[in-house]
Amino acid sequence: MAIKIKIPGMIKGLGITFGTMVRTLTKGSHTVQYPHVKEAPTPRARGVIALHEENCTSCMLCARECPDWCIYIEGHKYKAPPRRPGGKPRKKNALDRFDIDYSLCMYCGICVDVCPFEALFWTPEYEYSELKISNLLHDKNQLGKWMETVPEFEDYEKGSEAKKAQVPE
Amino acid sequence: MTLILAEMAYWQETSIRLLVGLAAVLLPAGTLVYLFLFKMMSFMQSRLGPMEAGPYGSMQLLAEVGKFLQKEDIIPRSADRLIFKLAPFVVLISTFLLVLVIPAGPDLWFIDVDTGIFLALAVSSISVIGILMAGWASASKYSLMGALRATGQLIAYELPLVLAVVGVVIQAGTLNVQNIVMAQATGEIFGYGGIGNPFIFTQFVGFAIFLIAVQAELTQPPFDMPVAESELVTGYLTEYSGLRFLMFFIGEFATAGIFSALAATLFLGGWYVPGLDPTDGLFNVIGPAVLFAKMLLVAFLIFWFRFTYPRFREDQLQKLAWKVLIPLSLINIVITGVLKVVF
Amino acid sequence: MNKATDTQQLAYIAGQAADARVNLEIETEGMTLNIGPQHPATHGTLRIIVKLDGEQVIAAEPMMGYMHRGYEKLTEVRTYPQVTALINRIDWLGSFANEVPFIQAAENLMEVEAPPRAQWIRTALFEMSRIANVVLFLGDMGVQLGAVTPVFFAFRDREFILNQIEAVTGGRFHPNFNRIGGLKDDLPKGWIEETRGVLGRIQNFCDEIETLVAGNEIFQARTRGIGIIPADVGLAYGLSGANIRSSGVDWDIRRDGGIGLVHNELDWKVWTHPDGDSYARFWVRLQEVRESCIMIEQILDGIPAGPVMAKVPRIIKVPAGESYVETENPLGVMGYYIVSQGDLTPFRVKIRSASFNNVSITPWLLKGVYVPDVVSILASLYFILGDIDR
Repeated sequence: MAIKIKIPGMIKGLGITFGTMVRTLTKGSHTVQYPHVKEAPTPRARGVIALHEENCTSCMLCARECPDWCIYIEGHKYKAPPRRPGGKPRKKNALDRFDIDYSLCMYCGICVDVCPFEALFWTPEYEYSELKISNLLHDKNQLGKWMETVPEFEDYEKGSEAKKAQVPE
Repeated sequence: MTLILAEMAYWQETSIRLLVGLAAVLLPAGTLVYLFLFKMMSFMQSRLGPMEAGPYGSMQLLAEVGKFLQKEDIIPRSADRLIFKLAPFVVLISTFLLVLVIPAGPDLWFIDVDTGIFLALAVSSISVIGILMAGWASASKYSLMGALRATGQLIAYELPLVLAVVGVVIQAGTLNVQNIVMAQATGEIFGYGGIGNPFIFTQFVGFAIFLIAVQAELTQPPFDMPVAESELVTGYLTEYSGLRFLMFFIGEFATAGIFSALAATLFLGGWYVPGLDPTDGLFNVIGPAVLFAKMLLVAFLIFWFRFTYPRFREDQLQKLAWKVLIPLSLINIVITGVLKVVF
Repeated sequence: MNKATDTQQLAYIAGQAADARVNLEIETEGMTLNIGPQHPATHGTLRIIVKLDGEQVIAAEPMMGYMHRGYEKLTEVRTYPQVTALINRIDWLGSFANEVPFIQAAENLMEVEAPPRAQWIRTALFEMSRIANVVLFLGDMGVQLGAVTPVFFAFRDREFILNQIEAVTGGRFHPNFNRIGGLKDDLPKGWIEETRGVLGRIQNFCDEIETLVAGNEIFQARTRGIGIIPADVGLAYGLSGANIRSSGVDWDIRRDGGIGLVHNELDWKVWTHPDGDSYARFWVRLQEVRESCIMIEQILDGIPAGPVMAKVPRIIKVPAGESYVETENPLGVMGYYIVSQGDLTPFRVKIRSASFNNVSITPWLLKGVYVPDVVSILASLYFILGDIDR
């Protein structure tokens, strides 16, 4: 003979908070103590943008498409030596200045998408806060240094027809 | 205490009592704030709480006190300055007066009067005046309304508090708190005297009502409409900042601790641990620790309810007090009286 | 006249004046109360001017616009990818869902259709944004009513959903993942398995909330019978989403009129509740989270193989025309009306946001309500300021 006793919801609620307390005490909390322990974000996380300077031809597409106009590019044309002896000197673009102002950047990724020469890459680095806001303007060298933190592209799920891109060395 | 200090001069005795009294109020407050407000609430919410200040965040309260001390002392221009400044002290006075009647051992008491419980319940109402003073002196429509609501709530829940204790008094046969502890220590349950007779077994209804009434007296969730009314209308505490707010805050936790200690004394047996002779001198040493542990147990219950439940609306609160708790406690008194005469 | 009488008279007059001041101060008839714009009860900068008579509200008027960011004007001078990045921020809690109707309207004008794999993944992320949004509501309703613990559980379990969204799109709050013609990228390896685990946690969370909040007698006493919206009044004010479904109206665009998302190929049900009070709104949203978990499980089982992007030119110029697409977003019905003249940027975009209409019922709803119930009602209507003000 089963007598169903209806436990009032208030008592069951007490059970949940008590259970959570016991779980936190025995298995640890869901939080990490940030400066001492750092959780790694996913590889695709949009932390900061890195520049691979060799690929950049200063086509200005990223600076034009940026919604915040936070990319500043200056370049000059120069004549490179011909590929074969006896040929014409080639006109090439050299990059003088490539700055991204991270105080304006909204981390949308349009510049990375739109670059036709695969010169911009996302990295999950996020610890670059500065005391002076002008230090948030990362110049060419700093953007090049971020390339070291760019992770390899991940494999895709089964059923995908996308080709995995490569991060240049 | 009287035995140990028999040779001391009066002023030495008084200053020791003063220090011990201060410690008896501030130590529970600090422990409760750290253990329950910082740590237990965090564990119930799957997080760790303060961990940086001191080992496992134990110095966080000191850090907070330091923060409050260095704040600017702001008093509204049209406020009644004297009453504004006095209000936190009035609330704290009731806490200090309450701690006087709780014994921590067979010889460790501040005062030993034959109407101990009556005195305790009477002085616990002084805090209501303090809250009214705070709301009135803030010179703001909303503070006054919040204070009036708080006063209504506190007065409504005074009665269940008192009536719940009456059952204990009937069962013990005395108003003297030390004798109530002795009655629990030397009592027997149906002839078995091993663990004494803590009144919680027979007065469980009274214990429940006492806890609910204490929760309401402290304006803690689920009865915190006066203070959380600050979502909508500013409560009586709004104009208080810095050190004055800290006094209210510490006062609230000290009162929680003292009421828990009172509940432990009345219902759980106070400083007595079953198995030893109640008049043993050993209890003068371990009594305070036992009482502290029992206080933590009762306070755990109070804070557990605080962190789990949403809050009542004002009219639901009043309905609960007048239509449910008071009749229940009256029935409890009647049954206790009848059973006391029969058995 | 001697001085004593003068002083006495002055003292008497001062006393009378003080009494009159006191009487005026605690006069509670026709008191005007200003809730907000900075206020914990409103999700952002909403200002509600409430006229009180003692404890009852006589009139209430919401004043929005404190967070107006000029979206519709901005879209006139931004290209389509830039607009997609911006409109993430309208309803910032369920942000993937903001992009979907806009992209679908643009795809209509370009007469291009996203491939099936893209549609299935879009639907999965759409439902995940619904879970992220509504889970916060479930915790937040508790905190508005005084229970401090459920909101921490909500944030804790929402983190897992946000991590999954970040693993695919790169952004937790602002995915910026839709493109005209499909999606930006495909799913990374292992994502499907991880997401199944996360859905299990969300189901556990829903059970916890059902016991801790919905089953709590105090919560029920605070929300049952409070803020009842009859179905015809709700429809007249343009309520949508869970607000109207909890008044008994069986209307869900995912089932009744959606394009481009695969809801009609899944096995799920629309939850309604006949009461129309605050508790009903809470309960319907709780069930919707559970239903979204069931939907995502089915989607994960059935994602077809294929490309995620249709063939579209590199520089997107949408042909001239007008198109309007609505979807069932977490907050309600959201729609974008795009007028294009063949340029890189839209000519005019009109954004129909759900919370704007949901808030418009406040003057009618708050009349005659007691002051403590105002918080309960506003919390149950659930609006996001970015969605109201755009």
